[in-house]
Amino acid sequence: MKLGRDLLLFGLVLLLGTLPFFGEAYTLRLGTFACMYAIMAVSWNVIGGLAGYPSFATAAFFGLGAYAGGVLLAKGAALLLALAFAGALAFGGAMLLGAVLLRLRGHYFAIASLAVGEVLRELTNTATNLTGGGMGLNIPLGAMTGGILGEATFHFLAMWGLLLLALAVVVWIERSKLGFGLACIRQNESAADMIGVNATLYKSLAFAFSGVFVAMAGTLYAAWVHYIEPPDVYDILFAVKPIVMALLGGLGSTVGAVLGAFVFLGIEEVVWRNYLQVHTGVLGFLVVVLLLFLPHGLVSIGRRLRTGRAPA
Amino acid sequence: MTELMKLDAVSRRFGGLQALQDVSLTIGRGEVLGLIGPNGAGKTTLVNVITGVHRASGGTVIFEGRDITRLRPYQTARIGIARTFQVVQPFPELSVLDNVSAAALFSNTGVGVREATRFAREQLQFVGLAAMADKPASSLTLAMRKRLELAKALAMKPKLLFLDEVNAGLNSAEVEQAMNLIRQIAGGGVTIVLIEHLMKVVMSVCSRIVVLHNGALIADGTPSEVVADHHVVEAYLGKKYAQTATAGA
Repeated sequence: MKLGRDLLLFGLVLLLGTLPFFGEAYTLRLGTFACMYAIMAVSWNVIGGLAGYPSFATAAFFGLGAYAGGVLLAKGAALLLALAFAGALAFGGAMLLGAVLLRLRGHYFAIASLAVGEVLRELTNTATNLTGGGMGLNIPLGAMTGGILGEATFHFLAMWGLLLLALAVVVWIERSKLGFGLACIRQNESAADMIGVNATLYKSLAFAFSGVFVAMAGTLYAAWVHYIEPPDVYDILFAVKPIVMALLGGLGSTVGAVLGAFVFLGIEEVVWRNYLQVHTGVLGFLVVVLLLFLPHGLVSIGRRLRTGRAPA
Repeated sequence: MTELMKLDAVSRRFGGLQALQDVSLTIGRGEVLGLIGPNGAGKTTLVNVITGVHRASGGTVIFEGRDITRLRPYQTARIGIARTFQVVQPFPELSVLDNVSAAALFSNTGVGVREATRFAREQLQFVGLAAMADKPASSLTLAMRKRLELAKALAMKPKLLFLDEVNAGLNSAEVEQAMNLIRQIAGGGVTIVLIEHLMKVVMSVCSRIVVLHNGALIADGTPSEVVADHHVVEAYLGKKYAQTATAGA
């Protein structure tokens, strides 16, 4: 059953990859956002869903990746190099930081992880020489053929490819010894310690894996929009939205995280288009309603239908 | 009997409370040692210090000739020290089998998932939980959870096994079963430290008993020596009773 789920997941995402064949610039832009959100939700699920540590550090990783990659791109580095650098920086930083932050549990960890983004934002603001500070950072247009549509296709495919990579790694984690250990830690950390799980290492790894792909998505985002500024990429909403998406889809489920991201983006787009003035309010209301009536997320609908049909 | 573990003047303070005070003790290989004492005497704290949950404030813990005082819990788990918890600690969402497999997988380096699962099944068979293997751990009764706890500890292939009140809350038939299991485990060559309130169990299973009182070791000897010890009677029943008992004798 688990295998079927994973196949469904990859099928869904592969299907999304055909978008350039019949998409226009707007649909491609939406598709790029869908992939970016899915990367964030799937990544958050590693630390929040598998390890049970509610992290608000997604915005920090995203901003760090956007700036680390963006600065390199602005200096003329190749995109792949910028991606690798951003990913490595986020992974290494999260390993080090995780060993300290993950000593805190529950709300304390949530607040500490929230602070990481704020600290990085201030650092970025202050390091004017490197990042342009509050004036933002311009990333030159790469030599791109095919005009607007060609560029949109390229950025969509890049984000989509990164989503596939993130999914492959996360599905592997779920099935590996690391995933098993994280499940033990989530359910009872002191008992996990007692049977020989190196909890500090495992939690730090989970934190690092929740950051690496988000940071790379940040770099792609910077290359895509050509101009970034601290309030944009360190936006607190980037920390909150992935959590809502994961909850919407079903906590702890990777398929759920992807579904949640897509559905969330759909709702967001519709609401934003029709209720420009109060769209965050309407969006919040919808999320509350969904969580009230579907507390175990979208993935539980199937289960519910099955048990509903079965004789009581 | 060769020495497996040696505690040398182990102490532990919690703020102003001296939970353990200069505890020195040798545990021989293959022994079944009873660790008894009134509530709050420091029995569980001693296990926590040995397994690395709490740092010792003073003293050293030697295991197989190696100083393990500063090791963390996951490290002591990997060198062959296992424990069961007084309050059972299953992974509630995992199946019974996965609970035990996890213990086999993470405590023994170089063991694959397949081998861990096979070994876990053997342990479940041994403690009599094979029929429950695929049920979630949260669905077990207390007596079954205690046996699951035991299977988890055994899956770690321990050299030294701490059993912290495995019989608390069980009825007499269940206690009888548990005692049989303990005898079989000891027969298999595992050194056992049994922390227990039920004197019937301690007296019949243990070859030697040590008594903790207010964090200090007050007696060490064979079961019959210990129950006759003046200090032990005093610790359990009070000074007044001890005096009358001695006077009457």
